[in-house]
Amino acid sequence: MRQIIEGSHAVAEAVRLSRPQVIAAYPITPQTHIVERLAEMVADGELNGEYITVESEFSALSACLGASAAGSRVYSATTSQGLALMFEVCFNVAGMRLPILMTIANRSLSAPLSIWNDQQDSISLRDSGWLQFYAEDNQEAMDLHFIAYRVMEDHRILLPAFVCFDGFILTHTYEPVDVPTQDEIDTYLPAFTPYQKLDAQNPLSFGMYATPEYYMEFRYMIDQAMQRSKDVIGKAGREFGEQFGRDYSSLVEEYRMEDAETAVVAMGSVCGTIKDSIDEMRKKGKRVGLLKIRTYRPFPIEEVKKSLQSASTVAVMDKNISLGSRGAVGLEVKDALFGSDISIYDYIVGLGGRDIRKKDVAAIVDLAEKGEGNLFYGLHEEVL
Amino acid sequence: MNFMDWYRADRLPTIFCVGCGNGTVINCALTAVSEVGWKREEVVFVSGIGCSSRAPGYIDADSLHTTHGRALAFATGIKLANPDLQLVVFTGDGDLAAIGGNHFIHACRRNVDMTVICMNNQIYGMTGGQGSPTTPRGALSTTTPYGAEEGTFDLTALSIAAGANFAARWTSYHVKELTNAIRAGLETPGFSFIEAAVQCPTGYGRRNRLREPEDMIEFFRTHSMLRQKYDRLLAEGKLVPPDTIVVGEFVRRDRPVLGGKK
Repeated sequence: MRQIIEGSHAVAEAVRLSRPQVIAAYPITPQTHIVERLAEMVADGELNGEYITVESEFSALSACLGASAAGSRVYSATTSQGLALMFEVCFNVAGMRLPILMTIANRSLSAPLSIWNDQQDSISLRDSGWLQFYAEDNQEAMDLHFIAYRVMEDHRILLPAFVCFDGFILTHTYEPVDVPTQDEIDTYLPAFTPYQKLDAQNPLSFGMYATPEYYMEFRYMIDQAMQRSKDVIGKAGREFGEQFGRDYSSLVEEYRMEDAETAVVAMGSVCGTIKDSIDEMRKKGKRVGLLKIRTYRPFPIEEVKKSLQSASTVAVMDKNISLGSRGAVGLEVKDALFGSDISIYDYIVGLGGRDIRKKDVAAIVDLAEKGEGNLFYGLHEEVL
Repeated sequence: MNFMDWYRADRLPTIFCVGCGNGTVINCALTAVSEVGWKREEVVFVSGIGCSSRAPGYIDADSLHTTHGRALAFATGIKLANPDLQLVVFTGDGDLAAIGGNHFIHACRRNVDMTVICMNNQIYGMTGGQGSPTTPRGALSTTTPYGAEEGTFDLTALSIAAGANFAARWTSYHVKELTNAIRAGLETPGFSFIEAAVQCPTGYGRRNRLREPEDMIEFFRTHSMLRQKYDRLLAEGKLVPPDTIVVGEFVRRDRPVLGGKK
């Protein structure tokens, strides 16, 4: 049923419909509306699970790890500093192959303190072994939760996942969202069947030492699961489309790319602005398109290569910066297009909540077409 | 200097909600700092994250606004690098007792020379009113919509058990007593802990039948009991209402200090 609800509440509905058995979370702006709603659902009996009010994000994900190892479907949500505090546990969760779902309400990192949006938080965990999905709007944010659970809990995958959606821009925005029924989701997302779990009758040890003879193989197997997940995501996304009419069979989404000479590449809510900007540029006769990256991990290198092969110029908009290098998406796109003669430029945009407007997208396309790139866009030069 | 001289007028008004008690506690702290005669160049104000932690941003002196829960660890570093600096830490119940609980007990154990002022509003105020480790049993918050079920921390007792040299508890109603307690804390070498119960009508009061700021201040006035009386009633085997706020100075002692002045 279509409802006009806040992004955070749409995510909370998605979580409720996914029937997690344990939720542990610590409040942090702009994630709070998700977990407040979930606490209410648990208290009201709308969601039959445990809600643990922990004393820190570190404890939140640790409790989730324990609950997942004990065999339950588990959920948490955080952002920014909270995710940074979870860093250690994130690697443990992936290493123990525990399919925990966490919503990231993307926000910039301190210092200086900023509660506003960019994607530095989740990008900084890119090497942790978590799948990373990025949503453009609240419908997509909701849908990606069902898909993520399907993919993560597949016994060929068994990896945790972030569903990322932009803090405030999406979390606090009311949009029409088609909320599935419980029956529909029960059909799409069967109950969690753990591959293995803590069981006194059949004792297991998680997280023991791996000597130098074995450690690399564990990392290799996680990487292999990441690679395999591309097909599993595609299948789960296609089946979601067949059931609900919204297709997510590709790890990327193309917008007016068919004859595009210049392609913009981006992730998250800014893609909506870019699409509007592209429509305006197209009216003026510019052949511009958008390649939206929906999964940053695994990175869809083949799809990116295929989609961008006929463009002559690529402008990547990164809401993050690997300081001392470039934006994280830009680096991956350059890797995907290695050996081609396409001009690829990276633009660091929107850090710490700096607004990205349609005219900024147009200006970036102009810069790329002039061959000016690999820069921070929109700096206030007067304060530097 | 009087307390107003410590304020950065260009940063006012504060971001605190109407009726918030934090401003009262900052005034008390700055009055105490003025009374002991500390100069701007010898004092550093440190904080973590939360409403209380915004305090150093309004004070015209060196300050370090750090990460959630870690203020005491950062402050320990400052003190050991330069023991001549005077350290005042502003914190809250979420910052100090939840995410920073471990730093709290270890700073007390080491008896690091600093004064820690905890504005205990019994809620996560900045993020909109989630239950904290000092949210009373039965109190409503956005994460405990039918009442908190977990027990609470007695922060003052915790600081004493962990080794603090000075511990006192007052409320934002007790302006004079709170100021004097902070001053005594500033003057006591080692770890001084002052817990100040503050009203949070926005995050706590309005969900717990204490909607107006004066409702909570009135609650503090009528529910506070001097520790001497509390101890006497207990010794006499009399009942003390569970929502009593026991106030006063609880400990002043001379355990070995880490980071004292050279």
